[in-house]
Amino acid sequence: MSAPSTGDIVARCQDLYEDLDFTAARQWKEAKKGRKVIGFMPVYIPREIIHAAGMLPLGILGGGDQLEVIHGDAYYQSYICRIPRSTIELGVTGRLDFVDGMLFPSICDVIRNLSGMWKVMFPRVYSRYFDVPQTYEDEIGGTFYVGEMTELRRDLEEIGGRKITDKALRGSIDVYNKNRRLIRRLYEARAQRPWQMPAWEVYLVVRAGMVLPVEAHSEIIEQYIAAALAEDKPVRDNSRVVLSGLFCEQPPLNLIKSLELSGCYVVDDDLLLVTRWLIGDVPLDGDPIYNLAQAFLHHSESTAAKYEPDQEEKGRYLVRAVKRTGAEGVIFTSPSFCDPALLDRPMLQSVLKSAGIPFIAFKYAENSGQMQPIREQAGTFADSIKLWSAA
Amino acid sequence: MKITISPKAVAKDVLKDASMKKQKEMMAEHFDRLADAGHTGAKVASTFVPGNLNELIMCFDLVNNLPEVNAIQSGMRRQSGAYVMEAEKAGHSEDVCTYVKSDIGMMAKGNIGPNGRKLPSPDVLLLSYTGCFTFMKWFELLREQFKCETIFLQTPYMADGTVTPNMVAYMVKQLKEDVIPKLERVSGVKFDIDRLREYLKKSAQAEDDLVYILQSARNKPSPIDAYFGGIYYIGPIFGAFRGTDDAIDYYRFLRQEVDQRIAAGLGPVTPDGPMEKEKYRLVVEGPPNYTNFRQFWKMFYEEGAVVVASSYTKVGGTYDFGFRHDPSRPLETLAEYCLGVYTNRSLPMRIDMLAAYVEEYEADGLLINSIKSCNSFSAGQLLIMREVEKRTGKPAAFIETDLVDPRYFSAANVKNRLESYFQMVEQKRGGAAKGVAA
Repeated sequence: MSAPSTGDIVARCQDLYEDLDFTAARQWKEAKKGRKVIGFMPVYIPREIIHAAGMLPLGILGGGDQLEVIHGDAYYQSYICRIPRSTIELGVTGRLDFVDGMLFPSICDVIRNLSGMWKVMFPRVYSRYFDVPQTYEDEIGGTFYVGEMTELRRDLEEIGGRKITDKALRGSIDVYNKNRRLIRRLYEARAQRPWQMPAWEVYLVVRAGMVLPVEAHSEIIEQYIAAALAEDKPVRDNSRVVLSGLFCEQPPLNLIKSLELSGCYVVDDDLLLVTRWLIGDVPLDGDPIYNLAQAFLHHSESTAAKYEPDQEEKGRYLVRAVKRTGAEGVIFTSPSFCDPALLDRPMLQSVLKSAGIPFIAFKYAENSGQMQPIREQAGTFADSIKLWSAA
Repeated sequence: MKITISPKAVAKDVLKDASMKKQKEMMAEHFDRLADAGHTGAKVASTFVPGNLNELIMCFDLVNNLPEVNAIQSGMRRQSGAYVMEAEKAGHSEDVCTYVKSDIGMMAKGNIGPNGRKLPSPDVLLLSYTGCFTFMKWFELLREQFKCETIFLQTPYMADGTVTPNMVAYMVKQLKEDVIPKLERVSGVKFDIDRLREYLKKSAQAEDDLVYILQSARNKPSPIDAYFGGIYYIGPIFGAFRGTDDAIDYYRFLRQEVDQRIAAGLGPVTPDGPMEKEKYRLVVEGPPNYTNFRQFWKMFYEEGAVVVASSYTKVGGTYDFGFRHDPSRPLETLAEYCLGVYTNRSLPMRIDMLAAYVEEYEADGLLINSIKSCNSFSAGQLLIMREVEKRTGKPAAFIETDLVDPRYFSAANVKNRLESYFQMVEQKRGGAAKGVAA
């Protein structure tokens, strides 16, 4: 059998992306009696613990632009972002009726409050707000985080009716290490040859990992990298940009496509951060929970949902991303009413300004339909980079 | 036609009871203390109302500056609108918290406090992160500007309705190993745990009286308005006075005043004088609007509506379920205080609390004032409304305003909704009376 083409792989990933009934995850659950599925929201969850329990971690990222939100709007005022309302829509319409538990990570007040709403609205489903430390000393934040993960481990043992052994955890860390390595390789390859790996394709390939078992996902990434690098695509005179602010509510696929159509090559982004939150491999020897805590404290991505204790370091990650990927500018594109992204933005912009890196900013909602204004803004930005950098 | 506008319209005298005047004097003295810091050499700690560690701050001879209170003062003085727009001009999104933007705009315009004098730059930012994610970003923004020491105290969220040992241990560890050593370094004052115990003892004393005062609204008529009036009452204890003799004196004085009103069968004092007839008893969820505070209050008292309990008066500490600062466990008690503030309570806990208030205070229903730029309060309020209505059988209503952004206060809209709500309460009463008669 011949290796699949990028078209085949991306088509499969797009089917998974568009399937708001989560058929793949349902099928996984039905394939063996006693299997459980645990949903989680952005921005980060230690999926290794769910995997080690023999369960499927399922990324819940709202309803995108294909879901008509009817019930969800009745729970939120107009000035609250869209992801919680479409998530409620998914719940109320029974699309998540096979999910045995929901985890709401510490990212913002809206997702935090949604954890309580879930308890009230779906009282038979296990629901947990997953707190993470914002202080990074081993003995302080580290001890707290070990405690939080231990509680999660205990809860999942109860739901699954079996112990989560250290051996199982190490095995899960190993498969997620591999997955993270592959995604890093994918991102590096895209930064080098963005014309061969369009951002929307990369997004769909990574996003497939939200609904598939990690082992199957790793296989897809490997196949995609091989297929994409083997294909010959024309190089365009696009500007190379980093996207910032998309770590929670997802942009419509058309938005990502529009950026490329308007003359931008996306060489880095903060989409689906859970897949590469931990930088580098988590060690396999020693206490696995402690190792996950250490990785979180000392080897994890920076984003607006995280406190930066060092003023000198504030926003530097974005400058480093620009340098690492050879980007020429940054596009701040955040969901409307996203507190973390929008409160952080002026600070990040000031760091970029000092570093002489151009940027623009606009907002979106997961169901934004009008791409013309975005195309115009991004196109003008790409042109201005070409014009001014040439001068 | 020629219209003549006098340069200064004479404001109608606002009636204040003695406690309100005393409170105003205390606050004025505090703002003078802040403004004088440059001359007196006092060091200043900026911090937040929820999770305010005033007793600890005083142990280091630091003066407590609360940016939220500054934003409120700017709102009440009708200055916040310009400040918010100043911040937006500088690149801050129209979507985010207006307290933050008012504060940043105020600094951009010279950082002039409510007493007309320049407020000092903080020597330390004590980021006690309790119940509101925005706080974290707010102090990152201020740190960028002031480049001063920033101390972080994370309060875990009470998501499952309980305080776990892991949460308290985490907070105590932060206090011992990070917060206190850094405060010692900034202030140059050695930490004395007995001094902290003394302050905590005083806090508990004032807290007893505060609870008595807020719970006096169980009387009919209620001698207080536990929302609009309540905001004056919580000022000292939520601000820079918890743990002081001044707070003890103020709450004792206020308690006596409330006792006198109960004895005389009087209702609350409003800016237009004592409220004559109590027609509606309400529980209110959410912060008020400050840019049109008096106008907003008037919409209630003109209709004979008194607020008998509110969640906002628990935002700087929830004391009515028995918590008191405990000098015998000084660091643990500070942790438990932070964990218990209203905005750190899960949504189911908030529903339980509001439903209990409706019952205990024999209220006619729940009114939610939803704040456009406060996700910590606002996200989930529509579910809260439904649940409280379902559990109590009492009508609930929803209005929308903002904290300090005048662009989001539509008087006609709010008044209209309130009038409809009062009609709904009447209908409900009529229905209940018919049911009894039948």
